Amino acid sequence: MTISRETAINLVLALLLLAVPFIAMQLGKPFYVTLATRMAILGLAAIGLNIALGLGGLVSFGHAAFFGIGGYAAGILASHAFSGQPLDFGLFAVPGSKLMPVIWAAAILAGGLLAAAIGSISLRTSGVYFIMITLAFAQMTYYFAISWPAYGGEDGLSITIRSTFPGVNTLVPQNYFLICYALLVVGLVLFALLRDSRFGAALQASRQNEVRVASVGIAPFRIKLVAFVISGMITALAGALYADLNRFVSPSMLSWHMSGEFIVLIILGGVGRLCGPLAGAMLFVMFEYILGGLTERWQFFLGLLLLGVVLFARGGLIGLLAGRARHG
Amino acid sequence: MAEAVLAIRDLCKSFGALRATENVSIDLVPGEIHALIGPNGAGKSTLIHQIAGTLKPDSGEIEFLGKPVSHIGAAERARMGLGRSFQVSSLAPEFSALRNVMLAVQSRQGTSFRFFKPVMRDATLVEPAMAALERAGLKDRARVAAAELSHGERRQLEIAIALALGSRAFLLDEPMAGMGPEGSKTLTGFLDGLRREAPILLVEHDMDAVFALADRISVLVYGRVIATGTVDEIRSDPEVRRAYLGGAE
Ligand SMILES: Nc1ncnc2c1ncn2[C@@H]1O[C@H](COP(=O)(O)OP(=O)(O)O)[C@@H](O)[C@H]1O
Ligand SMILES: [Mg+2]
Repeated sequence: MTISRETAINLVLALLLLAVPFIAMQLGKPFYVTLATRMAILGLAAIGLNIALGLGGLVSFGHAAFFGIGGYAAGILASHAFSGQPLDFGLFAVPGSKLMPVIWAAAILAGGLLAAAIGSISLRTSGVYFIMITLAFAQMTYYFAISWPAYGGEDGLSITIRSTFPGVNTLVPQNYFLICYALLVVGLVLFALLRDSRFGAALQASRQNEVRVASVGIAPFRIKLVAFVISGMITALAGALYADLNRFVSPSMLSWHMSGEFIVLIILGGVGRLCGPLAGAMLFVMFEYILGGLTERWQFFLGLLLLGVVLFARGGLIGLLAGRARHG
Repeated sequence: MAEAVLAIRDLCKSFGALRATENVSIDLVPGEIHALIGPNGAGKSTLIHQIAGTLKPDSGEIEFLGKPVSHIGAAERARMGLGRSFQVSSLAPEFSALRNVMLAVQSRQGTSFRFFKPVMRDATLVEPAMAALERAGLKDRARVAAAELSHGERRQLEIAIALALGSRAFLLDEPMAGMGPEGSKTLTGFLDGLRREAPILLVEHDMDAVFALADRISVLVYGRVIATGTVDEIRSDPEVRRAYLGGAE
C-alpha cells in the first residue's frame, strides 16, 4: 500500500505534536507541555469548524459560542461538584460532576443544542448574511455570560481543581496532554470518515452547487444543519478541554476574537484539509509564543503571515506541502 | 391518449412587467418526446425551472404522476422522478463525473445520512453510477473533474445523472447546445431510445434533432404557447412559420 504525500505530512505533524511534551520534559521546560496541549485543543476546536467551513463552505464567524458553551459546561458542572449543590433546571435537577467523560458529554450536548438553534435560523441565509448572523448569535451568548452573575459574570469562573479521568492522574501535565491528544486523534478520524462518507459527499456538493444537490433530490438545508450541529459539538468538546487546561472559563472564550482565531487557524493550515486545523493550531500557538515573547504587536505579524497565505498559498500549509486536494 | 405523466395547467409567471409564462398548459404522455421550441427569451427555460421546482409560478397547477406538486420543493420533485438537465450546466465542479452521478445514486437510495462508509469503495454507489455514465457515453471520462469536461460532456453528464435517478420523466433544456455535429447525432439516437424508458420534455434549438425526434411540438412565443401539434402540423402552421420558423428557413 502506498500512502499519499498528504497522509505522510499528516502523520509527521501528528507525531511531531506527540513528541513535544516528551522533549519538553527532557529539556526541563514543562511549560512547553501546556503549549502542546493548547495546540491539540485549538486544533480540535478548528476541526469542528472545518466540518462546517471546509466541507460545507459555511463561514461561521460564531464558533466561539460553541467553544464557550463547552467551557461553561465544564466550569459549571465542576463548580457544582465542588459546592455539592445540584444544578437546578426548574423541572429537574442534576448533580455537578468532576468526571471528564460526564463533563464532555454535557459539553457536546450543550454545543449540539446551541448549534441546532443557531443553525436552524442562520442557515436560511448565505454568504455575508450568514457570517453576520452567526457573529450576532455568538455575541449574544457573550453578553449573556457577562451579565449573568451566578457564574462569575465578567470575571469568569475558576475551576478549583482539574476534573478527573478514571485511572489517570490528570494533574500531571503530560497526562492531560495525552487525553487531549487522544481526543484530537478521535476528531481527526471522525473528520476523515465524515468527509469520505455519503453525508460528506452531499455536504461537499452543497458547498459547490446547492441547486445541483436539490436537483438530485437531496435537500441541502438538512445536510447543512446536521453538519453545523456536528461541527458545534466538536468545538464544544474542545471548549470543555480548554476550560480544564486553564482551570478557568470566562466570557472571552465566547468573544468574536475567538471565532476569528478559529477561522485564521483553518486558513493558515488549509481549508477543508484533514490536518489543516492541526497545522494551523501548531503554527498559531508557536507564533503567539515566540513572537509574543519578542513584541506586544505579534498579531500584526500574524496578520502579515495570513496575508501571505491568502495571496500566495491558498491551500494553507498543507496545500503548500501536499498540493491541491483531490476528490476522486 | 394515455394518462399524462406530467400535466401543466394555466401556468403564469411574471418578472416585474415581463410575462415570462402566460397561461401555459402542456402535458407529457408515456413514451413521447414533446419538444418545446421558440425564439430566445420566449420563456422555455423559465418553464422548465417552474416544473422542476427551482422557480415558483405565480399561479397555475403542475401535476406529476397524478399528484399536484406545486407546493413541494425541487429536491422532493427530483426524488419523485423528475430528472432534468440545465441549459447552463449545473454540476458539482470539483467532483469527478463519477462522483456527480454517485450523488444521484445515493439520493435515490435515500442514504445521504450515512456518516462512516467511504463512498469510493462502495460498489452499491460506484457500479450504478458507472452504468449510467456508460449509457450516456461518458465512461472514459468518469474520473475527470466536472469543471474540466467540455460543454458537450457536461450535458452528457447531466443526462447520466438524470438516468441514475431513475427518472420517470426527463426535462432537458437544450441538451445539444455546445455539442459538435457528431455528438448531436449520437445524442439524438440515444434520446430516441430513452423515450421508451420515460417521456421527455425537450427544449431544443437544433431543428434537425427536433424534427427527427419529436412526437409532438409546442411552440412558445412571448410566454404563450401559440401552437401544439405533430411535426407536420407545426411545419405547415402559418402562424408558427411567421413567428418562428420563418426567420430560420
Ligand atoms: N430571474 C429572472 N428575472 C428576471 N427576468 C428573467 C429571469 N429569468 C428569465 N427572465 C426573462 O424571462 C424571459 C424568458 O427567459 P428564458 O426562460 O430564459 O427564455 P428561453 O429559455 O426561452 O430563451 C427573458 O426575457 C428573460 O430575460
Ligand atoms: Mg433557455
